[in-house]
Amino acid sequence: MLKTLLIGLKDLKLIFRDRAALIFMLLAPFLLTIGMGFVTGRFSGGSSGLSDIPVVLVNLDHEQLGDALADVFTSEELADLMEPTESSDPESARRSVDEDQAAAAVIIPAGFTRSILPAEGTSFGEGFSQPEPVQIEVYTNPSRPLSAGVVKAIVDEFVSRVEEGRIAGMTSISGLIRTGLLDPQNAESEARDIFQNESQTENAAIRLRNDQEGAQALEFDILAFMAPGMALLFLMYTVSYGGRSILAERAQGTLPRLLVSPTSAAQVLGGKVLGVFFTGVAQVGILILASTLFFGVKWGDVLGLTVLILATVFAATGWGMLITALASSPAQIASVGSAMMLIFGILGGSFIDLQQMPAVLQTLSRITPNAWGLDGFTTLALGGTLPNLVEPITALLIMGASLFGVAVVLFSRKGIMQR
Amino acid sequence: MSSLILKVNNLVKRYGDFTAVKGISFDIKEGEIFSLLGPNGAGKTTTISMLSTLYMPTSGDATIGGHSITKEPMAVKQVIGVVPQEIALYEDLTARENLIFWGQMYGLSGEALSSRVDEVLEQIGLTDKANNRVKTYSGGMKRRVNIGVGLLHKPRLLFMDEPTVGIDPQSRRAILDTVQHLNQQGMTVLYTTHYMEEAQELSDRVGIIDHGELIAIGTQRELTQRVGQTETLVLHIGENDDPQALATSLNGVENVLEAIASDHEVSIVTHEAEEVLASVVTKANERGIKIRSIDIREPNLEAVFLQLTGRALRD
Repeated sequence: MLKTLLIGLKDLKLIFRDRAALIFMLLAPFLLTIGMGFVTGRFSGGSSGLSDIPVVLVNLDHEQLGDALADVFTSEELADLMEPTESSDPESARRSVDEDQAAAAVIIPAGFTRSILPAEGTSFGEGFSQPEPVQIEVYTNPSRPLSAGVVKAIVDEFVSRVEEGRIAGMTSISGLIRTGLLDPQNAESEARDIFQNESQTENAAIRLRNDQEGAQALEFDILAFMAPGMALLFLMYTVSYGGRSILAERAQGTLPRLLVSPTSAAQVLGGKVLGVFFTGVAQVGILILASTLFFGVKWGDVLGLTVLILATVFAATGWGMLITALASSPAQIASVGSAMMLIFGILGGSFIDLQQMPAVLQTLSRITPNAWGLDGFTTLALGGTLPNLVEPITALLIMGASLFGVAVVLFSRKGIMQR
Repeated sequence: MSSLILKVNNLVKRYGDFTAVKGISFDIKEGEIFSLLGPNGAGKTTTISMLSTLYMPTSGDATIGGHSITKEPMAVKQVIGVVPQEIALYEDLTARENLIFWGQMYGLSGEALSSRVDEVLEQIGLTDKANNRVKTYSGGMKRRVNIGVGLLHKPRLLFMDEPTVGIDPQSRRAILDTVQHLNQQGMTVLYTTHYMEEAQELSDRVGIIDHGELIAIGTQRELTQRVGQTETLVLHIGENDDPQALATSLNGVENVLEAIASDHEVSIVTHEAEEVLASVVTKANERGIKIRSIDIREPNLEAVFLQLTGRALRD
């Protein structure tokens, strides 16, 4: 195990001394991310790069808060981003989403406002208990994860503000009644005043990056989609480059030299794989750190992010090993690796939003670590945590393990590591 | 009498229909320098590769330090050091980093590794440049690091596969001195080369290998005695002249045992070099061949190879 680790670390050191490799691994994705940031207006205070997201609003509440949320979606500030249509039938709204006519349906159930703001005349006296808030349903279109994510983020932010107002109001009123400073008969009107001040849910509740405060309000950042897209694109270059080093070492004589030292073939192969894995993790890690420091990209939950990076690089390394096992020369790996990088980049959503692709290609995209990885990174950027990443991480681990299995069989048949 | 450190028994390596090594057998005693001498493609590297456990023999076996190369390869690897023909180093690492890495692969660590790396750097004369990347070194310096890697774990038996190919005379001299120095310290060396002079200078015993067969084995004296008291006249002729035509015409001349053509040269094996000289010059003139120079060579391994194979060693 120690020798395996030492071989892996040696490869990591070597790759970080190779200027050409560093340009491709780090500088190119970084510059492309900047370029795409400018194209989408991320650095000029413009929109998020998304526009006219079709969303169906079903407001069955027809009271203060339900109307406020509907007003957010139809507000001037979101006019470019959202293309809302109103409906009174939840089933019809869901059907629109299923038929890919909308990115999401926002269904505000009857009683939403009343579950938060008690009806006039409600007593706050002893024995009063606030009912559980009625949940707003956001019915999302899985083939438009990015657009659906934005809709969900807006609703979540709205609900969060409402919840803050509710809790603040309840806490204050309860305290005033308990200390005798407020007559329970007047509690309801006082509570309404406090709620209004705290929540500020009326039209200005959600702002989408019109100003710094607004940018903070909506956590989703288009760069949090683009930066991983670029990182994953060039990760495929890195794994093919790393795989190439196995055949290159054979050609330059260092692989035979390793094999005549008291080091087993399994240790050597394991070390080479570990080197590719380390390099991939370092590459993605550095890009994430750089985009956080320089662009303020919020990648989301750190634990989820760490596990997702490891799983994605594991799967990508599997692809690198497979093409290494299939190729007969470093030059062949370079050609196949470049092709794989581009094809997986396109299929996996690094260049084009997956939702714009035909269904067949969307299905095909699932063979790429890029697609699963991007799903995970988008989920994290939208506030998801590790439990929300079970599907992409499982898929990536299965993909990596399967590819390694096939690669080892092919290595064995070709005798690359054998005496 | 020294004990045997290597015993090769009928080793064969086939690649499909091609047989690279055809059942060779030989021994090496502890403390010896044994050279495998033969032209390119003779099977030297394949033999070394099998003995160093890199290739599995098609048949036959060998024991090194009492361990079978086919059954106990890991034990064999602990006994041997290998200096491959090509420069097998990481060029983006420094000499010191290379030595540390390879030392770790041989199980060295900590202070033992550190001090051994310093010793080897001293031994190969690169202490001052130890922290420069290998890619900045000259060919000779790279060769020295390449040898240094093979010495790190103080192997009992060192395989050196044509370690002087493609380097300047000064570096070659340094390598030959290193081999002799290592041997004086007790290291057994199996040295392969196609340079007769190196085999003559270094070896206690020589095995001559050609087309995968070990065609002669012994000390230099034993081998040269095989060709008797012959001398070899080597005629260097013009680039546009035909050596084969001259060799053919000389094969009938009195006292010429054999005349062999090679690139711009004709080698004449004879008992009486001075007596055949006049006839040789006459034949050359008759054919309009210009003789640029003539060497008279005493019996040596080149002559042995020539007589055994009918070809010059460099062919």
